[in-house]
Amino acid sequence: MPIGLPEIVWSHLAPELILVGSAMVLLLAGTFFRDRHLGPGYAVFTLAAAAAALVATWALWGEVTGSEPGSGPRLAVAQALVIDGFGLFFTVVICAAVALAVLLSDSYLERERLDRPDYYVLMLLSASGGILMAKANDLIVVFLGLEILSIALYVMAGYQRDRPRSLEASAKYFLLGAFSSAFLLYGIALVYGATGSTNLGFISAFLREQTVTSGVFLGGMGLLLVGLGFKVAAVPFHMWTPDVYQGSPTPVTGFMAAAAKAAGFAALLRIFFSTFNDNRLDWQPIIWALAVLSLLVGSVLAVVQTDVKRMLAYSSISHAGYVLVGLQAGTVEGVAGSLFYLLAYTFMVLGSFGIATVVGRKGDDRHSLDDYKGLAVARPGLAFTFTVFLLAQAGVPLTSGFLAKFGVISAAVESGSYALAIIAMVAAVIAAFFYLRVIVAMYMSGPAAAGADGLALPRLTVPLGTGAALGLAVVFTLAAGVLPEAFLDFARHATLLRL
Amino acid sequence: MSGPGFPLLTLLVVLPALGAAVVALVPRDSEGAVKGVTAVASGVTALLSLYLLGAFDTGAGGFQFVSDHEWIASFGISWKLGVDGIALFLVVLTGIIFPIAIFGPHVHHDFKGYAAWMLVLQAGCMGVFLSLDLFLFFVFWEVVLVPMYFLIGGWGYERRVYAALKFFLYTMLGSALMLVGILTLVFLHAQATDSAVTFDLIALAEGQSVVGNTARWLFLAFAASFAIKVPIFPVHTWLPDAHTEAPTGGSVILAAILLKLGTYGFLRFGLYLFPQAAVDLAPWFLTLGVIGILYGAIVATMQKDLKRLVAYSSVAHLGFIVVGIFGFSTQGLQGGVLQMVNHGISTGALFLLVGMIYERRHTRLIAELGGLQKVAPVFAAVFMVVMLSSIGLPGLNGFVGEFLVLIGTFVTRRWWAVAATVGVILAAVYLLWAYKRVFHGEPTGENAKFAELTMRERLVMAPLVLLIVVMGVYPKPVLDRIAPSVDNLITHVEQHSDYRQPAVAVARGD
Repeated sequence: MPIGLPEIVWSHLAPELILVGSAMVLLLAGTFFRDRHLGPGYAVFTLAAAAAALVATWALWGEVTGSEPGSGPRLAVAQALVIDGFGLFFTVVICAAVALAVLLSDSYLERERLDRPDYYVLMLLSASGGILMAKANDLIVVFLGLEILSIALYVMAGYQRDRPRSLEASAKYFLLGAFSSAFLLYGIALVYGATGSTNLGFISAFLREQTVTSGVFLGGMGLLLVGLGFKVAAVPFHMWTPDVYQGSPTPVTGFMAAAAKAAGFAALLRIFFSTFNDNRLDWQPIIWALAVLSLLVGSVLAVVQTDVKRMLAYSSISHAGYVLVGLQAGTVEGVAGSLFYLLAYTFMVLGSFGIATVVGRKGDDRHSLDDYKGLAVARPGLAFTFTVFLLAQAGVPLTSGFLAKFGVISAAVESGSYALAIIAMVAAVIAAFFYLRVIVAMYMSGPAAAGADGLALPRLTVPLGTGAALGLAVVFTLAAGVLPEAFLDFARHATLLRL
Repeated sequence: MSGPGFPLLTLLVVLPALGAAVVALVPRDSEGAVKGVTAVASGVTALLSLYLLGAFDTGAGGFQFVSDHEWIASFGISWKLGVDGIALFLVVLTGIIFPIAIFGPHVHHDFKGYAAWMLVLQAGCMGVFLSLDLFLFFVFWEVVLVPMYFLIGGWGYERRVYAALKFFLYTMLGSALMLVGILTLVFLHAQATDSAVTFDLIALAEGQSVVGNTARWLFLAFAASFAIKVPIFPVHTWLPDAHTEAPTGGSVILAAILLKLGTYGFLRFGLYLFPQAAVDLAPWFLTLGVIGILYGAIVATMQKDLKRLVAYSSVAHLGFIVVGIFGFSTQGLQGGVLQMVNHGISTGALFLLVGMIYERRHTRLIAELGGLQKVAPVFAAVFMVVMLSSIGLPGLNGFVGEFLVLIGTFVTRRWWAVAATVGVILAAVYLLWAYKRVFHGEPTGENAKFAELTMRERLVMAPLVLLIVVMGVYPKPVLDRIAPSVDNLITHVEQHSDYRQPAVAVARGD
């Protein structure tokens, strides 16, 4: 039987094509310039690719969300993809994550003598996988995107081959990731069995027409949740997070925290909020429980950490809890809140891991709280920058982090989930404790206080690219905290219509 | 300058914040420039607040100088500021006490950081007192935490990190509940009136769309935050630590301004938004207020550390204000508002004096001090005046406020007032006893070399002592400005609840 090729409007796929194409070019370039040192050449090229993808996305944005006739969301590639504001929003988030991560990575790779193009190839591929997940209109495409995203990340986690921790992170991430992919795939199979299709549009229409309560469908839904919950590091699927975050090269951790979480939530939101909307009474309680667990476990376990990377890993778990609070509300406002949260989080978390990259120093292993002592004296600018990120993560007003929390919690309150809102706020207080611990280390316990074990003032240099990334992240964090209207609008335009 | 277009209130908030930003950008080693910028920012803010006092329309009870600009339109949030008689004197106090707290005490290191955080704190406090939008209020309420945290943690004494952390977490826990309360109120209001979401305080208060049990829960959510800030017994335990470990300037601000945020919150938001709930729950808060008065006084008596003694005395004094607020009488409320200002002046001054003692003797332990009156008579005299104002001696400002609170509450809530009156006597006990131990007797050892007030210190104390006497002898101009707004608030409570003030409790004009 001949398989007809679907009609493809290539311009709709421009952002992905740019990223994948650039990855191919880089791969070839790597073989040509194998023996030559190109300096920041690869990084600049990757940055340009991310920028070009952003421009392409911007062009599509007008076409998709405009109000004139003919504009609006559209399906592409035989309904396998959907080009809508939601997908484009995540394209922007992931491209921003790539840009920031590249700026951080360049000097890092140079410092660790790992400067090779394949790193950037992996990052671009991983990003395109994430974008595919966000735009998927078919469960199979979700799976494809997830695998492209993850496999590249597994390799990146182990990129520092001479460091056992990095290898451990990679192996752990890969093994558990493979399991979660299997869960996801099995979930897809069950949903297909119950509804007769893997296409999200068909599934949605099917569920609207008839009430499906069969165990097969509910089981499929649960397994999808397991698979995606793993990617976004929601409790109880979070076990891998601390080890992998701690072991991976620090810029990779930042990228992983931002992009993988964003992509996972993109799929989660599209599948559950949009496609399974008619069965929301089935999934809302489960999401409620996941959110509560993530919020509490994440923040409580973060309190006892003494390693900053590990602490940020637990805090990322509790951040996942907040995004789930937005999803649990099951309203358009809730989704808008989740989207804004992810946007704000991308900058906060990459900024935080950017600081950790600098403080980690050569060898990337100076991440204990003690290593931050006296930072305010040695590098006041760096300490202040980190303070902004930490306070933003704690949800202090006039930062993007506060409005992010405000958005999801107001959605929870509006939909009547008062208990969840209160739990989320209490978790924020617990979380504040460990963000403050880092601030205490930086500002209130100088190296003199730590003098017993002879800690000298940290001698740190901030490379140009890292400085640019940190500057961008700080500016965004404060700007979105003071004048958020544009960003809120962006998130609101990107919310899903119920298909 | 008084034209409708002149953003006086916005300037009061923005100017210190701007000053802080400029200070942060000045290089660390040019101390002169840091001092200059700080002086200009805090000085002009002080002058603006005094100008506000002059331009304020005495007879009017509503909000004046209102400035209203859209901020986050999609959430119904606006930059809405306004001032009435209840907020007026707290704003003025914030304006004038900050320059004193910044330049008065000796800052032992990094003046730049100290000044920058102080200015941020001032902006935050101004914002809290002026906000007429719940979201804006919450933002400032939280913003206040950060500079205070750094001030205690960075410039405080031995256990500063512990105290700073405790302060931050306590306060944030209260705010957490309040934020949920604010959101619930806002959405219920929008549902009830079938209108767009708004955080506008006046619209929400006049709408009164949340009543009954829901209103009581919401009131409690707000009250959790305010009670911690006041602090009301039993959530006061952060206060002695924060006060004792904070640097002198930080203690002054804590006592003079930050504690008032809580009582002000009760007046501006608790009573105004949920009158019926406040009336229903008043006996509980009155009881806690009275417990605070007695408990604070008894614990203060037992303190060995002079600064801790003053800190616990604050718990007692704030108890009076709480009693005045929940007594729901015109006089009691007027007294409560006045007492907020009075306590700010006299306890602020006490902390400055205790700071000066520490600078000279490097101890705050009462047992190690003694006989200071012999070697530093002027110091002792100033301390005496300030202390007597804190005790509530007639003729000084403290008397007027406490007296109004007690007679007002006596009419509406007799037995609580009777119990509270005991607190006045106890205040005399712990303060006079402390005075006796510190200043009387023969100075020995280090105490014999205790230095007299310097000219600079006299200049710092002079305005505060002047205010203590003037407001004690002739409080009428202050009360005249407070009264119309208090009347408005009582009328509002009466309109929206079953509470009726006994006729005898209504203060007659003159």
